[in-house]
Amino acid sequence: MAIGDILVDVQAVAKHYGEGETRVDALRQVDLQVRAGEVIALLGPSGSGKTTLLNIIGCILDPSSGRVVLDGDPVFDGKWLRSDLRRLRLDKIGFIFQAHNLLPFLTAAENVSLVLDLAGWAPEKGKERAKELLDYLEVGHRAPVKPALLSGGEAQRVAIARALANRPRIILADEPTAALDSKRAQLVMDLLRKLAAEQEACILTVTHDEKIFDRFDRLIHLRDGRLTDD
Amino acid sequence: MNLALKDIRHGLFRFVLTCFGLGLLMTVVLAMIGIYNGLVADALAVVEAPAADVWVVEAGTKGPFAEASSIPADSRDTVARMPGVAEAGAINYQTIEAPFLDRALRLYIIGYETGRPGGPQIIAEGRGIGTSHFELVADRKTGLVLGDTIRLGRNRFTVVGLVEGAMNSGGDPAVYMTLADAMALQTELAPADQRVQAARGAGAVKSASVAAVIVRVTPGADVDLLTATLRQWKHLAALSQTEQENILLASVVDKARRQIGLFLGILLAVSAVVIALIIYTMTMEKLKQIATLKLIGAPDRTIIGLIVQQSLILGTAGWGIGLVLILLVKDVFPRRVVLEPFNVAVLAGIIVVVCLAASGLGVRAALKVDPATALGG
Repeated sequence: MAIGDILVDVQAVAKHYGEGETRVDALRQVDLQVRAGEVIALLGPSGSGKTTLLNIIGCILDPSSGRVVLDGDPVFDGKWLRSDLRRLRLDKIGFIFQAHNLLPFLTAAENVSLVLDLAGWAPEKGKERAKELLDYLEVGHRAPVKPALLSGGEAQRVAIARALANRPRIILADEPTAALDSKRAQLVMDLLRKLAAEQEACILTVTHDEKIFDRFDRLIHLRDGRLTDD
Repeated sequence: MNLALKDIRHGLFRFVLTCFGLGLLMTVVLAMIGIYNGLVADALAVVEAPAADVWVVEAGTKGPFAEASSIPADSRDTVARMPGVAEAGAINYQTIEAPFLDRALRLYIIGYETGRPGGPQIIAEGRGIGTSHFELVADRKTGLVLGDTIRLGRNRFTVVGLVEGAMNSGGDPAVYMTLADAMALQTELAPADQRVQAARGAGAVKSASVAAVIVRVTPGADVDLLTATLRQWKHLAALSQTEQENILLASVVDKARRQIGLFLGILLAVSAVVIALIIYTMTMEKLKQIATLKLIGAPDRTIIGLIVQQSLILGTAGWGIGLVLILLVKDVFPRRVVLEPFNVAVLAGIIVVVCLAASGLGVRAALKVDPATALGG
């Protein structure tokens, strides 16, 4: 796999909740391809289906119909168990949250190395990788600190380090800059762009933050469960 | 990386406080077990103390502990001559209240024939009764010490020895004295009208009677045959030691034992609910973190491990604190608190089962958490 390869291939994906009169169509025949190295913004009003699409690509929600191929693996084809999807998330997908969602009882370094621990890395190698990432994101000096004592920017960078720890090729971010001022938000986006290029990963971000729109390769709009423009 | 321990360390003060609360609950549970055992042990202590093989009592009664038993004092001579009897001793029991210093002592008087069965087996301090009159061997719980003198009836008695664990089924500490002194005391304390009749010369207040005759058999003697023979006598009945113990447990302490047993059962049920509630609450507080763990790919066993380990640590710590506390305070209880290692181990087993069951509720809630709840702030 290299820059330009398709990492996320969403083909005619639909998702509806309920049946009959109570049926709500959250996604309708969505097609989307994201290539390695691309940084994409998913835009749309509340209820447009952004989070549903993100959850389907993140393998935490089954589509009602359609096909999803992640880094060459056709998921939701009936052959994948829940534990297989969990493993896929661990190996191939990194999540960045609006509120950093760091585990409060672990230090910054432990939050990062936890992912590697779960992935089966040797503890020493996991610690090395966590240190390396935190240093790279310029929060290495905060490695032994618990999240409660980190500033918003520091916590978000630790969360990014956690998302990147196992070298995932697909990074899904939900409002990653919502809690940051505009300067910090642009720094975080620059960092994500750089990491996407270095790790040959793609980044799919749900955002409303217009200040960072210029940091994306593509802006994808969703309205009433449909892609309206790209 | 052990997430359970990391989480505990993160909120250590709160966790320790929770463990301490649970520990106090466990102290109450252990105290109730100890009181339950103590009740049985106290009840049996008085029966076991003489190390008898057979109890000869009044015909038609269940012996001196379950109901009143009175047999002629000279029955001992007759019983002692029977084949298979190694030694026999007459014994008398009565409960009295006597003033001592500025308080009233409730005492269980055991009158026995020195040199014959019925006296204390082990003297903890001092010596056994060495004279025919006015000496006492008292249980430590009476509060009496060596050399103390106490007025019982018309006479003053001197404490010459101390024993431990001698009491009746009501928990009153025992004092041993000679049978002659005990019978005299019984006469002195007889109802006033009898004493008036005696003063008028209307005969003895009471014929010489004792509560029972204690028999020790020769090695190899057939206890069943001996008791069967004794039962054929018109005014006497005989009980083996086992029968006497069973009667005591079945008729004397049975209700109290069942009451405490029932209360213990309720207490265990309450403990189970409290443990379940604590663990469930601890889990519910972590749902967002659990969702994050699931989202980043943590397997179910990691999440189950987090909850079950914390639950077991909580239960074990609570049990340990409870054990330490009860061992520190058990001697302060007015009645004996007897804790056997077996009871403590069984409670530990129950706690483990309760913790596992309680964590099942938390695990169920945790496994139902949608990882998507970690997204979107």
